[in-house]
Amino acid sequence: MRLVILDDYDLSSEWAAKYIRNRIIQFKPSADRYFTLGLPTGSTPLGCYKKLIEYHKNGDLSFKFVKTFNMDEYVCLPRDHPESYHSYMWNNFFKHIDIEPQNTHILDGNASDLQAECEAFEQQITAAGGIELFVGGIGPDGHIAFNEPGSSLVSRTRVKTLAKDTIVANARFFGNDLSKVPTMTLTVGVGTVMDAREVMILITGAHKAFALYKAIEEGVNHMWTVSAFQQHPRTIFVCDEDATLELRVKTVKYFKGLMHVHNQLVEPMLSVKDYMD
Amino acid sequence: MPSNKSVSDAPITQFVNCRILKDHKLQWEDLWVREGKILNPEKLFFDEEGFADHKVDCEDKIIAPGFIDVQINGGYGIDFSQASSDIRGGVALVAKKILEHGVTSFCPTLVTSPSDIYHKVIPELRVQDGGPEGAGVLGIHLEGPFISEEKRGAHPPKFLRTFKAGGLADLMEIYGHLDNVAMVTLAPELANSAAAIHELSGRGIAVSLGHSMADLSQAEEAVQHGAKFITHLFNAMLPFHHRDPGIVGLLTSDRVPPGRTVYYGMIADGIHTHPAALRIAHRAHPAGLVLVTDAVMAMGLPPGRHTLGQQQIDIQGLHAYLTGCTVEAALEAASLHPAQMLGISHRKGTLEYGTDADFVVLDDTLTVRETYIAGQKVWRK
Repeated sequence: MRLVILDDYDLSSEWAAKYIRNRIIQFKPSADRYFTLGLPTGSTPLGCYKKLIEYHKNGDLSFKFVKTFNMDEYVCLPRDHPESYHSYMWNNFFKHIDIEPQNTHILDGNASDLQAECEAFEQQITAAGGIELFVGGIGPDGHIAFNEPGSSLVSRTRVKTLAKDTIVANARFFGNDLSKVPTMTLTVGVGTVMDAREVMILITGAHKAFALYKAIEEGVNHMWTVSAFQQHPRTIFVCDEDATLELRVKTVKYFKGLMHVHNQLVEPMLSVKDYMD
Repeated sequence: MPSNKSVSDAPITQFVNCRILKDHKLQWEDLWVREGKILNPEKLFFDEEGFADHKVDCEDKIIAPGFIDVQINGGYGIDFSQASSDIRGGVALVAKKILEHGVTSFCPTLVTSPSDIYHKVIPELRVQDGGPEGAGVLGIHLEGPFISEEKRGAHPPKFLRTFKAGGLADLMEIYGHLDNVAMVTLAPELANSAAAIHELSGRGIAVSLGHSMADLSQAEEAVQHGAKFITHLFNAMLPFHHRDPGIVGLLTSDRVPPGRTVYYGMIADGIHTHPAALRIAHRAHPAGLVLVTDAVMAMGLPPGRHTLGQQQIDIQGLHAYLTGCTVEAALEAASLHPAQMLGISHRKGTLEYGTDADFVVLDDTLTVRETYIAGQKVWRK
């Protein structure tokens, strides 16, 4: 894995955004060959989305030939509820960029047949040629997407019931009223994300530090589902100082020492303007 | 392709680089319009997989709901209370000219007049939608003749009336018709006013208290019967007194039925009311403030002698004033609150999804630069 450690939240959000930007531009997406991007929600990626929007508004990045697949969505929450992941993606990302609506894919938590919806989602990913880069976060309980502790490490997109930890963590978005937090979600499986050609996990904040430790310094374990990515050929963990607080000093020093190598991935910053004919 | 046409294939316009008045705040948001209504872009994106056909760059300006003037007696040489030979032409002229001030809907106001004026004029002042020809007519505001003699202000005394029984018969005898009437101003201390208030409110006509000597309990009773507006607060009513606040006391009365709001019109020209008094009213009851012009036919004309209904008045100049409240509060006092008072805020006075796309583009000095009705530009500076 690559462990990219930046000083604070803003710098780590920016590094991640630069990486995504360079990857898309280098790929030279076109109408025949879309760049497929897996996307997360939550508070961690907000800074990254803001930077991507900034790059788009500056004319350096276009999402015209990008297809997106979100990781999850609540079950039975109205699609226009302000806390649905559809609303999140619209307000924090889609409405600010030039992505075409039919190129975005978010699971429909109000589908009449949830199982069929999950299977269809997997098929849409396959039809799009698989995911080029899957961006994700990590829960305090070490979950990726909503693959709660105990989820199969080869799982596919399915319905999941949320663990208490996750419901509590989400309560702040529902007026701190536990009874209002949805208890079921549709989520991509660990296996679904493992199928991506590259995976980037964003982890910031001291409250995620223990989960990061379990994910990368302990063994592969279905109780900390992010640990599955130890077996993926191309994973990047982008984090801030606070998220490394539970790691061994040796681990942190090693990867900090590699920053000059990591930074070659984001410098020079490419721009779509350089490729306009 | 703009959308999958599952709902509509009408063109979609997106106004960008603007601050819009939404949820009582000015926010950097785009405004989407289709078929004369404000469109929900998130629904468009997910349900219809649609996007805009054209974008309009507002260059960082402010977009506010179109202003609604519920008290305007005329302007530009037109006096609504005159039975001229071309009443409709007169309304149309005023409706067109007020677009320059960002007014997209209004209530042509008739001052106290003889019965035959009402019979002639009311049928000619029809409710109609606004458009490129001018602002929309929401309905007539009948200010009088059931008002107090002592507080008649500029209204002619010989045409003042009282209620016989207060029922429909009285109203029809004087006015002739009540279709196209949106508001009636009356003095609740007149005998049998309760029946009139009841009758008018029952027909969806907003009853306003004004030109009155009523004390607070009479005013509260009127509100309980359905009255919901105060015509030009402070003017033509008893002054606020700490032992009997009079009509002004409605702003903080605890006898207003729950769920109801009493709105009050203010002429914010710095002349009809001292700015400090205006601020006291606003701070006491900010949600009820409605800005009105109470403009007369001389508006827009040079100084001199002009008529107001059956009277002659002199005009010496034009004044305008802005209160010391927030921009959002001022904009809402000119749009949202009058719409709420008239019970039409589900389609006018806001930029909510699904409402009529009547709005104004303002610069930072709140000068009107462009006026839109039903999504169509009807005036620009």
